[in-house]
Amino acid sequence: MAESICRALRDGALQGEHAPALTIKDSIASPFGFHVFTHLLTQLSSNILAAKSQSRGLVLVAFSRSPSFYLDLLNRKDIDVASSQKWIEILDCYTDPLGWKDALLASGNGGSLSNEASTGASLCRNVKDMDKLYSSIIELGKGIVGQGKVRFCVAIDSVNEILRHASISSVAGLLSNLRSNDRVSSIFWLSHSDLHEDRVTAVLEYMSSMVASIEPLNQSANGHRCNWESLPLLEHNYWKGKFHVRFKRRNGRVRVMSEEFHVEQSAINFRSISSEDEIVNRSLLPKVQFNLQLSEKEQIDRAKVVLPFEHQGTGKPIQIYDGRRSLTDGKSEAEPVSIGILQTNENSSKGEIIYLRDSDDERPDSDEDPDDDLDI
Amino acid sequence: MDQRAPNLLDEALGLVDEEKTKPWPLSSRVVLVEDRVETSGAFVLHHLLKRALSPHSSNDVVVFLAFSQPFSHYDRVLRKLGCNLTAQRENNRFFFLDLLVSEFPDGDEGNRDGLVALYGKIEKLVSTSFQENKKCITIVIDDFSLMEVAANGATNYVLDFLRYCHALTSTFGCSLVVLNHEDIYSSIERPALILQMEYLADILIKAEPLATGLATDVHGQLTVLNKEIRDEQGSSRNKICNFHFRVKENGVEYFYPGSKT
Repeated sequence: MAESICRALRDGALQGEHAPALTIKDSIASPFGFHVFTHLLTQLSSNILAAKSQSRGLVLVAFSRSPSFYLDLLNRKDIDVASSQKWIEILDCYTDPLGWKDALLASGNGGSLSNEASTGASLCRNVKDMDKLYSSIIELGKGIVGQGKVRFCVAIDSVNEILRHASISSVAGLLSNLRSNDRVSSIFWLSHSDLHEDRVTAVLEYMSSMVASIEPLNQSANGHRCNWESLPLLEHNYWKGKFHVRFKRRNGRVRVMSEEFHVEQSAINFRSISSEDEIVNRSLLPKVQFNLQLSEKEQIDRAKVVLPFEHQGTGKPIQIYDGRRSLTDGKSEAEPVSIGILQTNENSSKGEIIYLRDSDDERPDSDEDPDDDLDI
Repeated sequence: MDQRAPNLLDEALGLVDEEKTKPWPLSSRVVLVEDRVETSGAFVLHHLLKRALSPHSSNDVVVFLAFSQPFSHYDRVLRKLGCNLTAQRENNRFFFLDLLVSEFPDGDEGNRDGLVALYGKIEKLVSTSFQENKKCITIVIDDFSLMEVAANGATNYVLDFLRYCHALTSTFGCSLVVLNHEDIYSSIERPALILQMEYLADILIKAEPLATGLATDVHGQLTVLNKEIRDEQGSSRNKICNFHFRVKENGVEYFYPGSKT
C-alpha cells in the first residue's frame, strides 16, 4: 500500500487534472511521519533517477531539517545526489526562515560563517510571503527540468512550520496553486495533526488526493498526549504503528486501506495487517507437548464411541419423557414392565437380577432404621 | 561513590564511553527535559552540565541561558558535584548569560527584537568557539517556560528562537539542552509549544513522581526516550529507559525499580 502511494506519486498527473497530492499526518503518540516522508522521498528519488517517473526533478522545501541532512540521507541510501544531471533542488527554509541572521549580519552582530551555504541550496529568508515561496519553488523546478512540458515533483517536509507564519487560507492557496500548476507532477507534504485545530487538518486533507495517517497501535485513553504510566505500551508504540491510507479517485470513490509499519535500522517497513495477525495468533497458542487438535481419523473414531448414558434405541423409537406426555400413555408403558418380570427367560440376552429370600425372618422392605438404637 | 562511574542516566543517553574515543554523543542533538512541580528536573541539567565540562575534554564549551537562577546557584550546585564553574567561566569554557532580569522591550516588535538579539549573542559565541576549534558546544536553556515569560508570552517568537537554535545544532554540531515544565501545559487541549518541542527533541527525558505516591528512598522516576541511536554500523533504533532516582547532596543515585535494597 505504501507502494501504491509511491506509484501514484511516480505516475504523476494527467493532462488537465490536478497533480496527485499526498498528506502524511501523524501525532505525538506515533511520531513517525518523518520516517514515512523520507521513505517516500527516497523511493521517489530513485524512481526519478531511473527515469521511471513522469517527473524529471524534485524540489524539496526543507523546513524541519537542514539541506545537508537530506543530502546525507539520500547518499546513505545510495542515491546519487551529485550526478551530472541535476535532478534535486532544495529550498532551504530551515537555516534562516525569518531573516534573523540576515538582520544580525546587517547590524554587524551576527556570526560570520555559514556552513550551509556550501550545499548549494537556495535560501529562503522570508517564509511568511507565500507568493514569494510559490514563485521560488516553481523557479527551482523550472531550473531543473527546463522549459517545455517536462514536470517535476514537490515535497514539503513540514506544513506546520508554514502554518506558524501564515494563515491557513494563504497556505491552502499556496498548496492549491502548486497542485494546479501544469509543471508539477505530484506533491506531498508532512503535517503533525496535533499541532493545529482539526479544521486545519481537514483543509489539508480536502486538498489532497491521498491521505496517509499514522496512528499508534493502541490508542491511549487520554487522547493525544501519550500515556507515560504504561511504559510497555509506549515502548510497543515506539517500534510500530498503524498506517492508514485514503485514496480519493477522480470519480469520487474513496478507498481506505490499512497496513502496519515497523521502524527498524533507520528504515521503515510496511506489511499487511492480516499476515501480522496470523503470526500473532500462531505465537499466542501455547507450546504444549500434547496435541490439542484432532486429526480426521481421530474425529471419525470419536464419533463412533457409544456413550453409556445415551439411549441407543436399537430398532425401537426413542422415547424421552419431555413432561408433556399424557397419563394414559404412561400407563400403557408401565404394564409391559410388570409382565416382563414374569416372563424372565424370554429374551436371554437381557440381564436380570434373581433374588431369593433366605427365610421369612427377614422382613421385606423394612422401613425401620437399623441404626436407631445407636445413641449418637 | 565514584563520580566518574557511568550511571543509568549516562547509559540511557549513550554517554558511556570507556575509551573516550568517540565524539560527544549528544552533538547535533536536542535534549528536552520535562519535569513537573512535584519532581524538579534541574538535576538532569546539572548532570549534563558536568558531563559537558568534564576535564578530559578541554574543547567543550557550554553556553548557558539562565532564566531561573543566578550564577551563584549553579556554581554552588556544581561545586558539590566536583566542577568549578567560576574557573570554567574564566577559561572561556562556560558562557553564562544571565537573563534573570532581562526584559524585552514592550510590544510585538520588541519581543521579537529581544529574541533576535539574544540569538545573535548565542550565534556569535558559538561561531567564535567553533573557529577556535572548540567543536563540542552545548547550549543549555533553563528554563523554557520562563523564556516565554521574558518574551511576554510571545509563543510563536519563542518557537522561532528555538528553531534557530536547532539550526545552530546542525550547522555547528552543537547540542541543545532545554528544560521545560510539562504540567503547566496540562490544561491546554492542544499544547502546541510543548508538542513542537517534543517533535524537535531527539532525546526526551521526563522526570515524574512515582505513580504510587511519595516515598522516602525514591524521589521520582526518569523516563528517557532516545530516538535513533546510531551504532557503529550506522543503523539506528529507538530506546526507552525507565528508572528511579534519589537526589542526594553531592550526586544523584539512579537505580532500576525494585533494585534498591
